[in-house]
Amino acid sequence: MKQINRIDNGGRINRQKTLVFTFNNKTYQGFEGDTLASALLANGVDVVGRSFKYSRPRGIVTADAQEPNAIFQVGSTQATTIPNPRATQTELYKNLECHSTNGWPNVDFDLMGAVGKVGGAAMPPGFYYKTFMFPQSMWMSYEKIIRKGAGLGCSPQLPDPDSYDKLHHHCDVMVVGAGPAGLSAALSAARAGARVIIADEQNELGGSLLCTRQLLDGQTAQVWIDKTISELAQNKNVILLPRSTVFGYFDHNYIGINERRSDHVGELDHNGTRQRLHKVRAKQVILATGAHERPLVYGNNDVPGCMLASAISTYINRYAVVPGKTLALMTTNDYAYKAALDWHDAGRKVALIVDTRASSDGDMVKKALQRGINIVFGHAIIDVKGSKRVKSVEVAKLNDTADKVVGATVSYVCDTVASSGGWSPVIHLSSHTGSRPVWRDDVQGFVPGKTVQAQHACGGLQGVYNLSDVLKDGFSCGAIAAKEAGKVHGNDFDDHLNISPAVDEFSESAPMALFHIPHFKPTSRAPKQFVDYQNDVTAAGIEMANREGFESIEHVKRYTALGFGTDQGKLGNINGMAITAKSLGKTIPETGTTIFRPMYTPVTFGALAGSDVKQLFDPARFTAMHSWHLVNGAEFEDVGQWKRPWYFPHPGETMQQTLRRECLATRNSVGILDASTLGKIDIQGKDAREFLNRIYTNPWSQLAVGKCRYGVMCKEDGMVFDDGVTSCINESRFLMTTTTGGAPGVLAWLELWHQTEWPEMEVYFSTVTDHWATMTISGPNSRKVLEKITSADVSNEAFPYMGWIPAQVAGVKARIFRISFTGELSFEINVQANYGLHTWEAVIAAGKEFNITPYGTETMHVLRAEKGFIIIGQDTDGSVTPQDLDMNWVVGKKKEFSYLGKRSWTRIDNQRNDRKQLVGLKPKDPNFVLPEGAQIVFEKDQAIPMTMVGHVTSSYFSACLGYSFALAVIKGGIERKGQSVFLPLADGTTVEAEICSSVFYDPKGARQNV
Amino acid sequence: MLHIHCPYCEEYREEEEFNVVGEAHIVRPKAPEELSDEQWASYLFFRKNPRGLHHEMWVHSHGCRKFFNMTRHTVTYQIMETYKMGLKPSISAEDTK
Repeated sequence: MKQINRIDNGGRINRQKTLVFTFNNKTYQGFEGDTLASALLANGVDVVGRSFKYSRPRGIVTADAQEPNAIFQVGSTQATTIPNPRATQTELYKNLECHSTNGWPNVDFDLMGAVGKVGGAAMPPGFYYKTFMFPQSMWMSYEKIIRKGAGLGCSPQLPDPDSYDKLHHHCDVMVVGAGPAGLSAALSAARAGARVIIADEQNELGGSLLCTRQLLDGQTAQVWIDKTISELAQNKNVILLPRSTVFGYFDHNYIGINERRSDHVGELDHNGTRQRLHKVRAKQVILATGAHERPLVYGNNDVPGCMLASAISTYINRYAVVPGKTLALMTTNDYAYKAALDWHDAGRKVALIVDTRASSDGDMVKKALQRGINIVFGHAIIDVKGSKRVKSVEVAKLNDTADKVVGATVSYVCDTVASSGGWSPVIHLSSHTGSRPVWRDDVQGFVPGKTVQAQHACGGLQGVYNLSDVLKDGFSCGAIAAKEAGKVHGNDFDDHLNISPAVDEFSESAPMALFHIPHFKPTSRAPKQFVDYQNDVTAAGIEMANREGFESIEHVKRYTALGFGTDQGKLGNINGMAITAKSLGKTIPETGTTIFRPMYTPVTFGALAGSDVKQLFDPARFTAMHSWHLVNGAEFEDVGQWKRPWYFPHPGETMQQTLRRECLATRNSVGILDASTLGKIDIQGKDAREFLNRIYTNPWSQLAVGKCRYGVMCKEDGMVFDDGVTSCINESRFLMTTTTGGAPGVLAWLELWHQTEWPEMEVYFSTVTDHWATMTISGPNSRKVLEKITSADVSNEAFPYMGWIPAQVAGVKARIFRISFTGELSFEINVQANYGLHTWEAVIAAGKEFNITPYGTETMHVLRAEKGFIIIGQDTDGSVTPQDLDMNWVVGKKKEFSYLGKRSWTRIDNQRNDRKQLVGLKPKDPNFVLPEGAQIVFEKDQAIPMTMVGHVTSSYFSACLGYSFALAVIKGGIERKGQSVFLPLADGTTVEAEICSSVFYDPKGARQNV
Repeated sequence: MLHIHCPYCEEYREEEEFNVVGEAHIVRPKAPEELSDEQWASYLFFRKNPRGLHHEMWVHSHGCRKFFNMTRHTVTYQIMETYKMGLKPSISAEDTK
């Protein structure tokens, strides 16, 4: 396949290395150094996609991040496919496969095209909202069809095979952009001794210098670039990052960079990291992001072949591609003449230059005249003929204010139209930190506004476009930034090294402020004049939105979808604002500006996730006995980061059968639970006891050494937030246990009150959760098991309920606590964690004759619920007081200090007698297990919406009791015991249940006290 | 992402190491029982939400675990100063109204 548009000489491509690739299943060839876009243009591919709404054929418009049309699905497998990269920023690699993302079933003729053509006039802005939003329930179906027709790429369907990583940096000066401004800034900052990072999104550093024919110090720009990069590369304080997009600028000079390390090599043939995320905290940031050229808005300006003037120069000079045979250029400024000169010098025909200004005598204009190029001043291209490629243009004379066409149109044959309406500084990053851009009439664009960041801007971003000025600006900016970063020799402008190179200058005449080219018909009847190509937003659509009352630019955007494409309005926003301003009779700054937000261009999820995926996504915590649980077939439950055994099924058992077996074994003989995950906080200091008095609701003054007590903690609003047992180790030392999930929060809570309110108290907190392995043996035979492996006297007389003793268990130093969460006789054995497995195995061996049964969290939940023991966060939700839980017994009445939460209980709202209170529920059908979360009503026959009075918090089938039961919170429930309530369920049925005591099993607590 | 100077560690550290707690300088009443419901509610629930300088409490939760105070601009996110618990700010939100 011949590359028909490739010229024989020049370009920064490697003609020795041909790369074969496919686009929409057709095979093409390009060269190393090509972008996908330049390779397609070299092959004369005109249509690369279809537009979103009208499905018009679209071609490549730009050579940079602004590209709205050449948005592809790139990749050959379902694991490596990438949706929506811009072909203009995708480097060509061997065997690259890509497809248009829109234009189903194909780009040359498609279904939506017919819809667009027929329905085009009937699809005003807001069309989708107006047409498809009602009925709302149908929107999802409409959307699927529209998406399929319009398309915006598909996500990969298989896991990403690539690896990604992250690097953190600190530097003195971060330079964003490596064009003439960025490179010279980096140079002077580095020479001043600053640690510099310079990043650029392109594969080569150099920016606009890579496609200029201007000479620096009498030599090609490449000589200066090479010299500069070589000096920077040799400086060990400088990090050069090509192929690295600075996608975000965050508070306190925090910069996010996505470095594409191997995308250009190919999707499958590479080793190592595909992309790397750099997070940079910079003392000073220099933004040298340059400017984007603005297209002009004229009739049928979306026909393939209509391009930006600067893009044409880039394709010719950098890629040796002339994307057509005959060019017509329309411009408002001298600079764009470069495109026509480059085209002419490449040996192809320039039909004419249409200059909207009355005249210009700049050097570029003279050069064009010298080459015999036809220039018409005071005219504009008002319409383009052609559908899949430009065939001709209609040129007409403008009036003095360029808002009306005067005189007849003349037709010129050409296949390419270049347009330039001037340049817009790339202010995206500067606005990420909340700084509002400022309009400058002399620049005809927004420049960065005031900021609180240590930020500098130079070159094109400041509206400085003349190359020698850009270089000077860069050198001085780099020196200033280095100085402000504390490099004292930084501000040395006279330094002979920092003299910027001499550039052959061109004189330029003033550009014209023109955005929207008039037509002899009113805009609404003129040929479509596109502003935002990707979303098919036209000048007529914007004017209509204004007429319909959308005046704020933010409303216009949302109504017309201006700037909502993947290019985020880079190409069309300023033109859209100018059209809005004109139709409202305002200036552009009065119309407002749009704030750009991260990401500057899309960043892959892979890069953001880095290596924090799969098992590294979230840390997992394992107890000392985890290996035993694995061997013994445990199913696990995540509790916070802990992996806790959920239940231990025997082969062939259902979960219900397992729970039944585990519950009965524990109630009738002995069970064992790994309770190591419960939070444990070691509290020491002479004021530890008083501290507990203030934190817990119940009193701690009388708790003797060797005794344990259950306590409840409330926040200042009086609501329960954690509970657990705290034991007195000695007069100035206590061991607090917390819920598994609440441990870090409780520790922070204790620290908060100690550090901020009661710093005079002598008390210290250490988390010891991981230091101890805890196993709970529970059931009537638990003492017999324990006696086999300890010499300590564990009889009820020597070691009564709610006490603890130090002891040797299985030859290991241990603390045994006589506390119970099952209501059975229980011993909680704590040993140093590294003896956990040994001790556990010893207990299991000793318990064998009693059929000791390991159980998990689910059986623990059933057993504790049978006793009415609450679980914080399941039976409570942050709006429940101890009184609501019917736990007045845990509230200290005589404590001297007004402990946390106490005052709030007397607030009127907490005194209401219709507060939701914790009660038990017995379903009328003893085999029916109420769904947890089910809503409760008092009256069955109510109109919907019914008055809901509470919900089920815990619900199980009890093997021991032989019936199902639940805990619930119900308005005024404690006074309603014995009454029936109803539960309307999701399946439409309603079940009845009786309110009862929350204690279902052994209400007197006899079994735990033996 | 904020870059925060911990007044105890005496170092700038990344925001990831810290948690914000809420408005600073809220003192627990000495005798809660003597307060009316309204006064108690004002201590419990009512917080400033200024556009501008704000004194707020932070904790170096993944560092030294110390609580400290910060004066921060809620629009620009500039941190004017951080200071140890028990100290008064040298820049006051009231001064700059």
